[in-house]
Amino acid sequence: MKQVTSNTTTPVAEPKKEVKSLSGAEALILSLLEEEVEHIFGYPGGAIMPVYDALYDYNDRVEHILVRHEQGGIHAAQGYARSSGRVGVVFATSGPGATNLITGLADALIDSTPLVCITGQVYAHLLGTDAFQEADVISITAPVTKWNYQVTNADEIPEVLAKAFYIAKSGRPGPVLIDITKNAQLQKFDFAGCKRCDHIRSYRPKPLVRKEYIEQAAELINKAEKPFVIWGQGVILGSAEQEFKAFIEKAGIPAAWTIMGAGALPSDHNQNVGMLGMHGNYGPNVLTNECDVLIAIGMRFDDRVTGRLDKYAKQAKVIHLDIDPSEIDKNVKTTVPVWGDCKETLPMLTQLVEQKRHEAWLQKFKDYYQQEVDAVIREELFPTSDGMTMGEVIQQLNEITGGEAIVVTDVGQHQMVACRYAKLNHTRSNITSGGLGTMGFALPAAIGAKVGAPARTVVAVIGDGGFQMTLQEMGTIMQSNIDVKILILNNQFLGMVRQWQELFHDRRYSFVNIQSPDYVQVAKGYGISGQKVSEREGLKAGLQEMLSHKGSYLLEVMVTRENNVFPMVPQGCSVSEIRLQ
Amino acid sequence: MSSQNHIERQEYNITVYTENQIGLLNRIAIIFSRRKINIESLNTSPSEIEGIHRFNIVIHETEEVVRKICGQIEKQVEVLKAYYNTNEDVIWQEMALYKVPTEVIAEKALVERLLRENGARVVVIRKDYTVFETTGHREETDNLIKVLQPFGLIEFVRSARIAIIKASDGFNRKLREFEKREPHQEVVENEYLNSRDKVFTM
Ligand SMILES: Cc1ncc(C[n+]2csc(CCOP(=O)(O)OP(=O)(O)O)c2C)c(N)n1
Repeated sequence: MKQVTSNTTTPVAEPKKEVKSLSGAEALILSLLEEEVEHIFGYPGGAIMPVYDALYDYNDRVEHILVRHEQGGIHAAQGYARSSGRVGVVFATSGPGATNLITGLADALIDSTPLVCITGQVYAHLLGTDAFQEADVISITAPVTKWNYQVTNADEIPEVLAKAFYIAKSGRPGPVLIDITKNAQLQKFDFAGCKRCDHIRSYRPKPLVRKEYIEQAAELINKAEKPFVIWGQGVILGSAEQEFKAFIEKAGIPAAWTIMGAGALPSDHNQNVGMLGMHGNYGPNVLTNECDVLIAIGMRFDDRVTGRLDKYAKQAKVIHLDIDPSEIDKNVKTTVPVWGDCKETLPMLTQLVEQKRHEAWLQKFKDYYQQEVDAVIREELFPTSDGMTMGEVIQQLNEITGGEAIVVTDVGQHQMVACRYAKLNHTRSNITSGGLGTMGFALPAAIGAKVGAPARTVVAVIGDGGFQMTLQEMGTIMQSNIDVKILILNNQFLGMVRQWQELFHDRRYSFVNIQSPDYVQVAKGYGISGQKVSEREGLKAGLQEMLSHKGSYLLEVMVTRENNVFPMVPQGCSVSEIRLQ
Repeated sequence: MSSQNHIERQEYNITVYTENQIGLLNRIAIIFSRRKINIESLNTSPSEIEGIHRFNIVIHETEEVVRKICGQIEKQVEVLKAYYNTNEDVIWQEMALYKVPTEVIAEKALVERLLRENGARVVVIRKDYTVFETTGHREETDNLIKVLQPFGLIEFVRSARIAIIKASDGFNRKLREFEKREPHQEVVENEYLNSRDKVFTM
């Protein structure tokens, strides 16, 4: 039952190359080079040693970054993929090395991040014998990969790798895992070169664009009085930011973003009306239930965005643009499905929509925003009380970076605050674990983000809880000399859980009180400079020091212990029941 | 809502055309288990095309759920196409084997008559036991269990369901479209979306 045969993949071209005898491991490295891989995040071990041995000879052509934990490796690859738009590559050994990837695979699958993970595996003849460091990686990773495959023969490697990259990055991107038994890494075979893959007969990455639906969508939009665009990461994954901007500008439609779509349109664009969802902005949530045509672009109606589904946009006609046909009608019934790559469908739509301005309607969003400023935002960003708020830290950060930085966030209150308030001038500037909500994501993802976009400033905003999940990756920063600004917002609590306990569990604070080490000292141990700011007076200088420091820097800011993130759509409530306090 | 669901639920026959790939059965099975959906019957076999496998899966669900499940199945890289059909849309059969003590059959003419009436065929006769086979719908194969129980039914087994789609003209033409590089209407069509009347209400 060997799958990778030439009837299922078609080579782009048949380059005439000399056949030479190579090991599987070396063929693997050559395949990576063929895919123009420049960076690998990895961690060696027994079952992947031949690959590391082959890598030794290619040190000048590909940079391997030694992480401190495989989870750190895969999150770094995710950050890399998201800042650069390229495929992130991970190496890990068999057994525990491979199982340490699971969280990152699940995260990358739900957030559609293109990755190729290579895991070593025990010798083929030992499969199923409970051999040392054997784990059934193909079965374990089936639910959390877009595709996976076990290689037991060296000669499969060039074709499987080509397939892996093609699958990871085409259509709706996702993580691919290739498990290679040690014998296949060692085995010599006649290597005839690598061929890129651009077709697999059973796989349709892009659905056919249907003109009639584009026409119907345009007609709905042209007739609409209160059209509302909500966009997600699909705009970024499709590199369709310009097409998106042209569309909303011509049609004059207010547009709001999911957390994964942040940055596709600059924060200060006049039609950018803010964030959707549980901790999103007031107007976009309330007006979702008032618009007459809802145009969803590259987003998947996650429950954190929709709130209670049976009370979600029931009055609206829904147009859904998505590359993944299974997303259409999955959560929200569509009036017009526009499946396809939005880089292709948006310009078609733009051509058919009338030039319009929905001034009064847009003003409504701005009025709601003003209410939100009065009720929440002003006090959050410019507090009059003593303790520092997370919002004011982000506000000060904005003032210094001017919105030019990549902001990587962990998971919790600080994530919501950072995503709500961070100014983003550019696309691929907001890197967060949206779908899985993985604490511990930010530090390694920031490392990868910096490697993927070396010219940009990368700030990792992390809670005191999440930082303690993956802080060992400061070792990676130290060894590979990566410039990441670490901004810890320390509220001495697992803040988001505490907020829920306060609001929904009668303030019964069950195990949310978390202690921290002296982070500045810990960072110092890794050769990373830093300081702790406990008073407002020191905040601006601290941030300036962090951003102007040459190399990595850790800034710990002590914020109010019991602040809550608002607005909030409580779980099980409709988006229009959003609470300002 | 749950009672309404109950009314809408019925048996659906899912037909999946796939490449022949180790691990694909698992990938398809976990699409159901993740959603806590019981697979009533599952059969894999070759199809009319060499190298292409065919899955027949039966679940008891609402059309809404079946439609989404098929969408998820089609997302698998090695899946070419997934269809779903009600029982009315397919010709289907299951096969059952029954082992009974030969001495009872030999003694009782009644048993022989019952077997004949139920369309059972003898597969093996040994001194100690006889194996019968019937093919048909669930009620028919079930019926014979009841009939044979009083006569000391030793063993019973029923196969998964296999089903042929009445309206299908096979997969050959479709496959040729799949082999083309450019997507063609045929390939990307999503039957359920195309036939939705709701799409056009404006
Ligand atoms: C790996 C993981 N474990 C548990 C959770 C549940 N969880 C979500 S937010 C949160 C609290 C995070 O606390 P902290 O990192 O201090 O950030 P804060 O909310 O205080 O900003 C927890 C425990 C999670 N998202 N991820």
